[in-house]
Amino acid sequence: MSWLSEQGRQPVPQGRRAPLTFGPDVAARRVDPELERLKSGDEAAFEALIRRYHGLMLRLAMTYVRDRGVAEDVVQETWLTFLRSLDRFEGRSSLKAWIFGILTNVAKSKRRKESRILALASFLRVYDADSPRPTVDRGRFRGDGDWIAPPDSWSNVPLAKVLSGETMEQVKAAIEALPVTQREVILLRDVAGLEADEVCQLLSISAANQRVRLHRGRVAVRTRLEDYLR
Amino acid sequence: MRCHEIVELMTEYLEGTLSAGDRAKFEQHLVGCEGCQAYLAQLRTTLRVVSLMPDEPISEPLKAELMRAFRDWRKSA
Repeated sequence: MSWLSEQGRQPVPQGRRAPLTFGPDVAARRVDPELERLKSGDEAAFEALIRRYHGLMLRLAMTYVRDRGVAEDVVQETWLTFLRSLDRFEGRSSLKAWIFGILTNVAKSKRRKESRILALASFLRVYDADSPRPTVDRGRFRGDGDWIAPPDSWSNVPLAKVLSGETMEQVKAAIEALPVTQREVILLRDVAGLEADEVCQLLSISAANQRVRLHRGRVAVRTRLEDYLR
Repeated sequence: MRCHEIVELMTEYLEGTLSAGDRAKFEQHLVGCEGCQAYLAQLRTTLRVVSLMPDEPISEPLKAELMRAFRDWRKSA
């Protein structure tokens, strides 16, 4: 159950609890008022937390398990695990990094129980995701590497269109079409707003790998929008 | 650096992870290249739109169940 421990720290060995001291580590730790409210049993704080993260958790869960019902179970199990371990959480990582850490672990353990065909399919997509191919079609550049037809900055596209429901549908479709490795990174970074190092720890990937996946994911969404925002 | 190389470095630029030397070359190129400026603007807009993607609301029965679990947790604490 190592994922119950906070990201990036060694869990305290059984029977050898760390003494309560106020060394530099404790002093450097920011007191999170939201966490304090949750621990004190503030219902409004928990409700706000659910409202803020539930939809995104469902979206992330569906990255790992295809079936919506299973994804809903994953999110529910995540919340229940969150409650079971809330007393032990000391705020060494951010609250959201901790919640999404629980979610990815619950979801991945559920995925292992799904069919072998799905596992093979996602393996092939993972393999493809990290290939070093250029992200912009070489045909858009001249032989010397400069743009043939420079892209449009979208500065003339009305904001109402940029932020419209239809644009959001395009974005959603583009993200859903991404390989799992890119989808999880773009959701955690650009939708959930986790820091780069939090995502590296959570997914056990290097900083460089995280950036490559993020870049490829963002570019794929950009490409979809380029066809749409004219 | 040429445009086709610059576009591959845009996330590293936005993340602030380019080396000082590469960052200087990147910015030097950008100043004189409208195409790459536009591409960077597109990526920034993309990030903004992605971050604003609306969430699906939680179903009322599930929310009620979670709130019940929270109250149970508080009682047992």
